Amino acid sequence: MSGGSYYVPASSKWPVLSGLALGLFMIGTGVWLVFDRAGYLIAVGALAIVTVMALWFRDVVRESRSGLYDEQMDRSFRWGMGWFIFSEVMFFAAFFGALFYIRVFAVPWLDGEGAKGISALLWPDFVASWPLMNPPDSSVAGPHEIVDPWQLPLVNTLFLVVSSITLTLAHEGLKEGYRDSARNCLVLTIVLGVCFLVVQGVEYYEAYHHLGVTLQAGIYGATFFLLTGFHGAHVTVGATILIVMLWRLQKGHFTPDHHFGFEAAAWYWHFVDVVWVGLFLFVYVF
Amino acid sequence: MAPKHPPKARLEHSENVAGGAAADVHEAHHPSGPLRWLLTTNHKEIGTLYLVFSLTMFLIGGVMALVVRLELFQPGLQLVRPEFFNQMTTMHGLIMVFGAVMPGFVGLANWMVPLQIGAPDMALPRLNNFSFWLLPVAFLLLLSTLLMPGGGPNFGWTFYAPLSTTYSPPSTTFFILSLHMAGISSILGAINIIATILNLRAPGMRLMDMTLFVWTWLITAFLLIAVMPVLAGVITMMLLDINFGTSFFNAAGGGDPVLFQHLFWFFGHPEVYIMILPAFGIISVIVPTFARKPLFGYASMVYATASIAILSFLVWAHHMFSVGLPLIAELFFMYTTMLIAVPTGVKVFNWITTLFRGSITFETPMLFALAFIVLFTIGGFSGLMLAIAPADFQYHDTYFVVAHFHYVLVPGAVFSIMAAVYYWLPKWTGHYPDERIGRWHFWLSVIGVNLLFFPMHFAGLAGMPRRIPDYALQFADFNMASSIGGFLFGLSQLLFVWVVIKCIRGGVPAPAKAWDGATDLEWSVPSPAPLHTFETPPDLRRVAS
Amino acid sequence: MRKTYVLAALIAGVAWLERNALADGWNMPVGVTEVSRHVHGLHMTIFWICVVIGAVVFGVMFYSLFRYRRSKGAQAANFHEHTTVEIFWTAVPLLILVAMAIPATATLRDMYDASEADLDVMVTGHQWRWHYDYVGEDVNYFSNLATPREQIDGTQAKDANYLLEVDQPLVLPVDRKVRLLMTSSDVIHSWWVPDLAVKKDAIPGFVNEAWTRIDEPGIYRGQCAELCGKDHGFMPVVVHAMPQEEFDAWLAERKEEAAAAASGVDRNWTLPELMERGEQVYGTICASCHQAEGQGLPPTFPALVGNQALLDDLERHIDTVVNGVAGTPMPAFSGTLNAVDIAAVITYERNAWGNETGDIIQPSTIQAQLSP
Ligand code: HEA
Ligand code: HEA
Ligand code: HEC
Ligand code: CUA
Ligand SMILES: [Cu+2]
Repeated sequence: MSGGSYYVPASSKWPVLSGLALGLFMIGTGVWLVFDRAGYLIAVGALAIVTVMALWFRDVVRESRSGLYDEQMDRSFRWGMGWFIFSEVMFFAAFFGALFYIRVFAVPWLDGEGAKGISALLWPDFVASWPLMNPPDSSVAGPHEIVDPWQLPLVNTLFLVVSSITLTLAHEGLKEGYRDSARNCLVLTIVLGVCFLVVQGVEYYEAYHHLGVTLQAGIYGATFFLLTGFHGAHVTVGATILIVMLWRLQKGHFTPDHHFGFEAAAWYWHFVDVVWVGLFLFVYVF
Repeated sequence: MAPKHPPKARLEHSENVAGGAAADVHEAHHPSGPLRWLLTTNHKEIGTLYLVFSLTMFLIGGVMALVVRLELFQPGLQLVRPEFFNQMTTMHGLIMVFGAVMPGFVGLANWMVPLQIGAPDMALPRLNNFSFWLLPVAFLLLLSTLLMPGGGPNFGWTFYAPLSTTYSPPSTTFFILSLHMAGISSILGAINIIATILNLRAPGMRLMDMTLFVWTWLITAFLLIAVMPVLAGVITMMLLDINFGTSFFNAAGGGDPVLFQHLFWFFGHPEVYIMILPAFGIISVIVPTFARKPLFGYASMVYATASIAILSFLVWAHHMFSVGLPLIAELFFMYTTMLIAVPTGVKVFNWITTLFRGSITFETPMLFALAFIVLFTIGGFSGLMLAIAPADFQYHDTYFVVAHFHYVLVPGAVFSIMAAVYYWLPKWTGHYPDERIGRWHFWLSVIGVNLLFFPMHFAGLAGMPRRIPDYALQFADFNMASSIGGFLFGLSQLLFVWVVIKCIRGGVPAPAKAWDGATDLEWSVPSPAPLHTFETPPDLRRVAS
Repeated sequence: MRKTYVLAALIAGVAWLERNALADGWNMPVGVTEVSRHVHGLHMTIFWICVVIGAVVFGVMFYSLFRYRRSKGAQAANFHEHTTVEIFWTAVPLLILVAMAIPATATLRDMYDASEADLDVMVTGHQWRWHYDYVGEDVNYFSNLATPREQIDGTQAKDANYLLEVDQPLVLPVDRKVRLLMTSSDVIHSWWVPDLAVKKDAIPGFVNEAWTRIDEPGIYRGQCAELCGKDHGFMPVVVHAMPQEEFDAWLAERKEEAAAAASGVDRNWTLPELMERGEQVYGTICASCHQAEGQGLPPTFPALVGNQALLDDLERHIDTVVNGVAGTPMPAFSGTLNAVDIAAVITYERNAWGNETGDIIQPSTIQAQLSP
């Protein structure tokens, strides 16, 4: 605890504008989904969010570089980022919870097993299985084939696991003061992340066009895209942050012992990787 | 177990470090006029914004409740159609929970947490402003759904699928998006509070030296961060079911409507404790002040709060006793729910023992705190009755439940906020609130609230379901009484608005330590508290030795 | 002296509670099944436990408030913890709760044992009516709210069972274990009769079990207990319990009626016949969504009057009513209405309120679609 150097910023216009930008984005999304109009509002909203956030963080970076932040401030950022990641953990926990509930309880019940097995009265022809290829009601067409975990998903697992390692190496490099090695490893991490996204894109294309795994293909398709989709969104955000960090690294913003922005990005990336391992196991393999 | 020194000892040692005078360096960049409020990063101003927002929402949500009460004044459909009635019930619940009570507590936290721990501001001041301004945007969007074709949300504040998905009005998508924004606001606000408490305590203030208000908020913030994302998750699944043809909550595709309820209540039950733990904190600082006696059982209060928070993750399905859970689950949730009475009882007993052999006076904040203890406990008792699963089959979805939760929420959470406002107004404005109007407000509210909610117990036991715009004749008397009580209580709140405005504009000036029994750190800074306080943190280390 | 007064007041208060507040119409009914009596017993036990705890807690509280007023010169003590007392008041509530959990567990287990029933009835919730199907007996029917619109709108005096009366109640034999299989065709409903202490959610796509064994013949009333849309307040449950012989006679009669209705399918119906029957079906089933004059409630419920696209397309009209529209509130009526009713209501819709197609749809046409 330090004596009186905690920096309290003067008023700022970025927070309110961020709020408005997010509002615009939400309204755009709503108008598009409900009234099927003005889809461009979403893009405008998203652009506004990114712009305002960039300006906001520019202020933060400036303050940090001009030495306004003390150790206590650094700890505030650490707590803030840590709890933010915890909230993300709970977000994914809800989705995993849903997946387990469906697999362990709901689907077997519909086929007559377990405490509410009597529900099978309504679905005499239904046979439970996971992945669920034939949903209870014939009006819902299930997938005809599922994504093979040992092809693209395995490749993607390797990408992300390796990217976690390269990112750690980048961090080590930064701490030791080897800027070039840090840069190279960071570039590699970003490339791996982008490869992941590309492969996931290919996988989605295959799923939609050849396997019949779609959002509408019953609960298997729904949980598949819910979990992998939100994970993919997080990889996108994470990769974007890493690109910003690469840029900041090049600009010389980080010193061996003062680079929390970089560390926060790394925490986030590792978290996203860990989620993927869970996904790989419970969405693809088992 | 208990701290070596009662928290009381702190004040005397920190009087000389009050940070008021040297504040004006920042004033230079401080814009004036409306922009000042839009752009502020100051915890006190943001606290005020939250409180004003909360009061506004309370009035809007209250008027919606009065529409409900007016329709229920007599059997038959008079004022509104059932479609609109359902929208009023739903919006009333949503606005009161997410718009009035939660932001009210966040506002108090913004004002008082830094003052009580000797911090210069919140840990992340810009984020703080962002959290606040998301709320008006979110709620404008929510209210605008009432004007959309098919009307606004009409499926209850618990929005069970598939009524809220396949069978909902088109505006539901907007409802989901606005709830997302309110959720982001809560999460970011909670992160800020947690970081502030963990990182910005004055040197020498250990965790077990913090006031209970700070403690309860620490735990509440944890609950918020843990469960708001689950709400975000479940409404996202709704969004997909509505707009993208997924079947999470549809058995035809292999999903389950009950999955919605599990996810919702995993959020929803901790949510109701989010609305009561800070209240426990407030009562735990007010009662010792006016009993002029240290809080009894400080440590056990902390442990009880933590136990309630942990248990709150294990009881969610007590809202779902009648959905046909397997027997074993039913029993598990019944037992865990009953257990919550134990730590809550500890709190009630501690408050009463704090009163015992005190030297008690009855200023308005104390009156509200005392009413809280009695009426919240009554609400807790009915909660315990609801926890008995076989009996809950009879109570569930009747006015007995409505009576239960209004007892814990209105003379519970809302009274505690009012107590806090009366208690801290001198610190905020530099004037004492008008004691005479305060008393009128108190007594009319107490009478009104009981007339409003007590008969609901009988209506529910006699068999009146909730969320109905019209009812059988045997419930007529109870409803008439409730409606009269509702208007009495509602109109009395105008007195509250009056007291607050009056107090801001003037009144008996208050010294730094406005209540003679008060001991916490906030009473060491001048009244009104200057914009910037504790820029140099007070050093409490000597006390700890 | 003062103590005597207080005691007397207390006793009087409790006696008043017992007599009035806990009397019928203010309290949970004791009901007419063994389970409902157990539940009532649990309810009263926990209630009195709370009253006693409340009396002690509030007693100490108000005593302190009066005794230790500063205006009376009270000086504050300074104690702030006492481990023994704290352990004591953690342990005692815990024991009380354990004592309470034991009978509650027993009752719950009993309520969950739906095995060895004498009769199965499938109960299906619809927006906004119940459908009862006596499993294996070929008897099934809708049970609709019977309170006239005028009473609800206040243009007519309300009768005693306002909102709690239906056209056809669920008929059950007494002294028999009846298993109720609950499900729903659209949103979640909840079937509740207080006198039986049965409340169970009807969840679309799943089946829930409940059971009851009624002791006394009589008529027992309840309501839907889960918000299910705009007419949630208007879907009562009425159970008519009667002795076994009476029940058997009733069931036999219903079977004959069903057979008679089926036989009407083959003959040719005239327009007035169909219109008359159609009006009645429309009024009980369709009007809750499409409204009395077919004007609907857009955008949720489409208008049928002047709906040219519909009137031009008979196929679609029939298909909609028979198979419903998946993903919307429009239910499929193939399983719940017979061919005559469907033919009649479609004919009615195409010729009422100024719709003048002149189409006559014969039950046989519909029958062909029902059993392909
Ligand atoms: C501030 C909010 C708040 C609080 C604090 C509580 C507290 C409790 N609630 Fe409540 N509850 C709600 C808000 C709250 N509730 C809401 C909003 C709903 C309805 C949601 C909806 O459907 O819309 C609800 C519904 C609800 C239900 C579901 C009812 C139903 O739908 O069928 C149940 C069931 O178990 C329940 C139980 C409890 C219990 C056991 C407590 C306990 O925490 C109470 C503990 C307190 C005491 C018991 C009193 C003090 C203790 C003593 C003096 C010690 C000694 C006592 C004994 C041993 C008896 N609540
Ligand atoms: C903290 C939360 C909170 C608060 C404070 C309240 C406050 C009130 N509630 Fe609340 N209520 C809920 C949370 C809350 N409620 C929830 C969660 C539900 C469940 C919703 C659902 O089923 O989905 C519910 C449901 C609910 C119902 C059941 C509806 C139904 O089942 O159909 C009723 C019925 O009487 C009701 C009444 C009231 C009343 C009269 C007040 C009063 O205390 C309000 C008093 C305030 C005012 C009246 C405003 C102030 C006065 C003015 C602005 C002056 C102008 C006034 C006049 C001109 C008269 N509420
Ligand atoms: C629970 C509500 C509900 C009930 C009861 C109901 N309907 Fe409908 N009906 C709907 C809805 C909603 C639609 C719109 C479906 C869609 O979006 O295509 C609809 C559509 C229709 C249509 C097609 C209208 C068009 O423009 O395509 C017809 C015909 C119809 N209903 C007839 C009936 C008949 C006959 C009955 C009674 C036997 C009935 N409905 C009962 C809700 C209901
Ligand atoms: Cu059916 Cu409520
Ligand atoms: Cu709960």
